[in-house]
Amino acid sequence: MERKEKFETLSGIPLKTVYDESDSPKHTSQPGEYPYTRGIHQKMYRSRLWTMRQYAGFGSAEETNERYRYLLEQGQTGLSVAFDLPTQIGYDSDDQMSIGEVGKVGVAIDSLQDMEKLFEGIPLDQVSTSMTINAPASILLAMYIATAEKQGVDPKFIKGTIQNDILKEYIARGTYIFPPKPSMKIITDIFQYCMEHTPQFNTISISGYHIREAGSTAVQEVAFTLANAIAYVETALNAGLDIDLFAPRLSFFFNAHNHFFEEIAKFRAVRRMWAKIMKERFGAKSPKSWQLRFHTQTAGSTLTAQQPDNNIVRVTLQALAAILGGTQSLHTNARDEALALPTEESARIALRTQQIIAYESGVADTVDPFGGSYVVESLTDQIEEAALVYLSQIEELGGAVSAVEQGFMQREIRKAALATQRQIESQEQIIVGMNQYQLDNEVVPELLRVDPSLAKKQIASLQKLREQRDNKLVQTELAQLRQAAGSSENVMPYILNAVRAYATVGEICNTLREIYGEYVI
Amino acid sequence: MQRPIRVLIAKPGLDGHDRGALIIAQALRDEGMEVIYTGIRQTPEQIVASAIQEDVDLIGLSCLSGAHNELFAEVIRLLKVQGASDIPIFAGGVIPAGDIPYLKQLGIKEIFPPGSTIKDTVAFVRNLFSREG
Repeated sequence: MERKEKFETLSGIPLKTVYDESDSPKHTSQPGEYPYTRGIHQKMYRSRLWTMRQYAGFGSAEETNERYRYLLEQGQTGLSVAFDLPTQIGYDSDDQMSIGEVGKVGVAIDSLQDMEKLFEGIPLDQVSTSMTINAPASILLAMYIATAEKQGVDPKFIKGTIQNDILKEYIARGTYIFPPKPSMKIITDIFQYCMEHTPQFNTISISGYHIREAGSTAVQEVAFTLANAIAYVETALNAGLDIDLFAPRLSFFFNAHNHFFEEIAKFRAVRRMWAKIMKERFGAKSPKSWQLRFHTQTAGSTLTAQQPDNNIVRVTLQALAAILGGTQSLHTNARDEALALPTEESARIALRTQQIIAYESGVADTVDPFGGSYVVESLTDQIEEAALVYLSQIEELGGAVSAVEQGFMQREIRKAALATQRQIESQEQIIVGMNQYQLDNEVVPELLRVDPSLAKKQIASLQKLREQRDNKLVQTELAQLRQAAGSSENVMPYILNAVRAYATVGEICNTLREIYGEYVI
Repeated sequence: MQRPIRVLIAKPGLDGHDRGALIIAQALRDEGMEVIYTGIRQTPEQIVASAIQEDVDLIGLSCLSGAHNELFAEVIRLLKVQGASDIPIFAGGVIPAGDIPYLKQLGIKEIFPPGSTIKDTVAFVRNLFSREG
């Protein structure tokens, strides 16, 4: 008698009672060796721990700057900017579309002026900064470069990542602006510009995270992310870029979900698959092009609003899987994020969780400790196998861009999300505190409130900027950008000039909307 | 034969988190209801226009960005202006408990915060129409 009828991972891979050598063929590569199943570095966390990078931002640039300084003082080692939705979708704070949204899920950035305030007192040659920005990634990167210049920092030395992954926006996250074709063109422009001007900046973070959050399985997360990655590489190759010049700056972003072994296996599998794709399919020569470097965030969708302190435990297990899977950087979610943005106290506990794993548990002292584990090796192989099936299906549909346009990934994710919801409701999946072990009287925790007067202040400061800047220059720069966007020229230098003249995110995006149009599903 | 319950599932605001909205839309369809899903990033004006044009019996609003207080209130105001405030509204998303009394006072019949089930949502809709019908 067993306690369940069937045991399987969240992707539906059946789990055996016991695994032995017959389940896991010997893989002989070591950490730091192709195909990097065991990690991209020989010594991994023995030489350097992962970057502890908490995604944060709310309200105004000043408020967020305070939170960043606090997190850095507390031992965080990299910054990660959350922008509000108007910024992410290319609307100024005073746009009609921005009502109710200014400063809510991230910091409101209208112009270079806000960016300067965001990084005040934080020298940009001494931190690495990840920015969750996609459709307007070129503009926010330009603002970051211009801020560095103002600080006297040579852009050659800035470090960080822009998300810049538009395909998963159509699939799962929703902050697209332009249609796929011009969006892919801008992305290639960014690759090209950064090779020369910001060689230490990751030009894209190809993200499975949001695909998983939208409800996909682990296998779909791997497959759809790699399909998107292949599309970016092909677009850049078609534009004539040299693979070994741009590929080393491609980075990835994955989810750390609940099924502990499956998650560890997932990270190992995707690393191996990418190495093979780059070497065998695209013929990249540099090992740097083969190595999949990734950021991880624990799964926001697994957090419960009920008994929120239980989330600390969930996050710990998910974080552990990410570290055992060899992540390069990590965000641990805060306990109250099913309800609101985290309070300062919750954000601190989330960071402490990483520090406790790093310094107290001992797991960072040995590389790939699950290498050779029968079950993890077997799951690694099975995830690769199942993801390859999806990849060939997407090839048949004409590649990721075309599959996205046909809604293929969207449909697959939707099916998986509904199946998960049904499993939770039938208690096939137990969520502690939510569908079992509930409390009758939940204590509502104190939540972070974004200052409701923020939007007014932000709009006032934006309007003041519009009065004070050289508007003639702004118009000239926008006109030049319009012209460049209508040609095959790289738009990055023109965006940078517009940003330097304090043109706003909305003005620049509207200029591009005139040429490229808007994508409507 | 009675016509099926027609529901508009709408996402006001700018957030793209439509996992919940899509699940509820599909679940209500599986219950035999007619469901129109607006897609993401709808303005309150667009939502009210769709509701009237599609002659729906019920509107479900979903928002996960924290803009619910402003945007739901605007939908309700516009429905009144259009003389359509008889269409009941329910809502879901990342909505803190502290905001629920305000939203209910605006006239929203029920709020489904994180952790809510399809079962409860369907029961709410059935109940609403058996009582009123």
